[in-house]
Amino acid sequence: MKKLINGPDAVVQDALRGVEAAHGDRLRVSYDPAYVVRADAPVQGKVGLVSGGGSGHEPMHGGFVGPGMLDAACPGEVFTSPTPDQMSEATKAVDGGAGVLHIVKNYTGDVMNFDMAAELGRGEGVEVESVLTNDDVAVEDSLYTAGRRGVGVTVLLEKICGGAAEDRRSLAEVAELGRRVNANGRSMGMALTPCITPASGEPSFELGENEVEIGIGIHGEPGRFREEIGPASQVAERMVTPIVEDLPFSSGDRVLAFVNGMGGTPLIELYLMYAEVAKLLEGHGLQVERNLIGNYITSLEMQGCSITLVKLDDEMLRYWDAPVNTPGLRWGV
Amino acid sequence: MPVNRDTALAWMRGFAGEMAEHRQELVRLDTAIGDGDHGTNMDRGMRKALERLDGAEQADAGAVLKTVAMALVSSVGGAAGPLYGTLFLQMGGAMAGQEEVDLAGYVTAWRKGLEGVQMRGKAEPGDKTMVDALVPAVEAMEQASDLDGALRAGVEGAERGMLATVPLVARKGRASYLGERSKDHQDPGATSTYYLYTSAAEALAG
Repeated sequence: MKKLINGPDAVVQDALRGVEAAHGDRLRVSYDPAYVVRADAPVQGKVGLVSGGGSGHEPMHGGFVGPGMLDAACPGEVFTSPTPDQMSEATKAVDGGAGVLHIVKNYTGDVMNFDMAAELGRGEGVEVESVLTNDDVAVEDSLYTAGRRGVGVTVLLEKICGGAAEDRRSLAEVAELGRRVNANGRSMGMALTPCITPASGEPSFELGENEVEIGIGIHGEPGRFREEIGPASQVAERMVTPIVEDLPFSSGDRVLAFVNGMGGTPLIELYLMYAEVAKLLEGHGLQVERNLIGNYITSLEMQGCSITLVKLDDEMLRYWDAPVNTPGLRWGV
Repeated sequence: MPVNRDTALAWMRGFAGEMAEHRQELVRLDTAIGDGDHGTNMDRGMRKALERLDGAEQADAGAVLKTVAMALVSSVGGAAGPLYGTLFLQMGGAMAGQEEVDLAGYVTAWRKGLEGVQMRGKAEPGDKTMVDALVPAVEAMEQASDLDGALRAGVEGAERGMLATVPLVARKGRASYLGERSKDHQDPGATSTYYLYTSAAEALAG
């Protein structure tokens, strides 16, 4: 394993020092418990947005803290959920009297820790609501699994809900909007290579030289199937078709199309993939209103990408376009 | 040996030792069907728990377990933090205020702990989780007539439950994403739970 680290146990703390050094003018970093919060928090009268999850997916979530998006983010250890004390301290730090929304990706650990944090927050008199993302179509959604994983939709939901919170919408309204974004969003990922967590030092799975895994999770969870790698047009088709069929998206729908890199794939390949995705969406009669291309919800140094589609309505579109000023997403400011 | 503050401390030190010793084994089991962090997380959490136990006087066995619970909840993350945190919190609550915990008190604490884990994680027996080690262990302990017998029954029950997870298809946690591919692997959570029983037998027997 070769990584730019000082030691496997200090990766998250050391990276937070970098975040503080780079963005100390607009973000505040707490180390114990660990969270990143807007420097001007709490914003009076605004719903506070708190998200969090395992580290290794940067810029999500810490890179999305700032006006127009999250108020605070709680980083866990690499690929490990953060803990309830982090989340409840962050919740208190962003409570401006209008309540706090927890944005939670559907993983067993994240759900249990945020549940405990919400219990703690309510115990201290903060109004707390939760929105769960579970948009990964690669996972069979049934009573016999932990359910679908929260992936790419999380980024888009954090932006859209952030816009609504900045517009001083109520906690109930922001939560409802978040649930609508999740209900109308679907994603699928693929990997060309595994990734290596600093703690284990070993690849998270084995993949043959010419193999791809279609339906991969952002922690290297296995996907739907493996096959010999084909041209990008074929890889795009393997992901777009199940996404479109799942919601289902229908001809005439307006969508936000998001091609996300897993961390180790260059932008030239992501744009090449976007060309294939756009062509396929056109074939399905979908109208791409907005797009996002780049590394936003990553899996350390994994090579690969994911595709997310959200069926937009006017409100979602308005809040997607609203100004945002974070290290990871910035426009309109 | 009676279950009291000092033996409970010895038990928790023993469990921390097991987590350090079997860290790589648990990482390997978790890498096969999960995300590979179980050994690292439990080792880190129990080291933090020992720091806190060393840092403050504990009133009784219940207080020892509650201190461990809070340390795990605030340092482990993942699913193991809330699950082991809840287990120890419930057990500590059941033992609180007793200078010496007798057989009935000890077994009741385990039953409360199991109920807490199921409330938090919503897992049923057969889902391929730590519940599969806990259920046969607690049931076997409830048949025991003395503490030494209960400790042995706990180890045997947990071992049986742990080994029985091998052919199961996971229905909870990250392993459930694997579906049929989760078969033929031993559950890491049931394995760490087994070590909780072996360390109890080591520290509390005799």
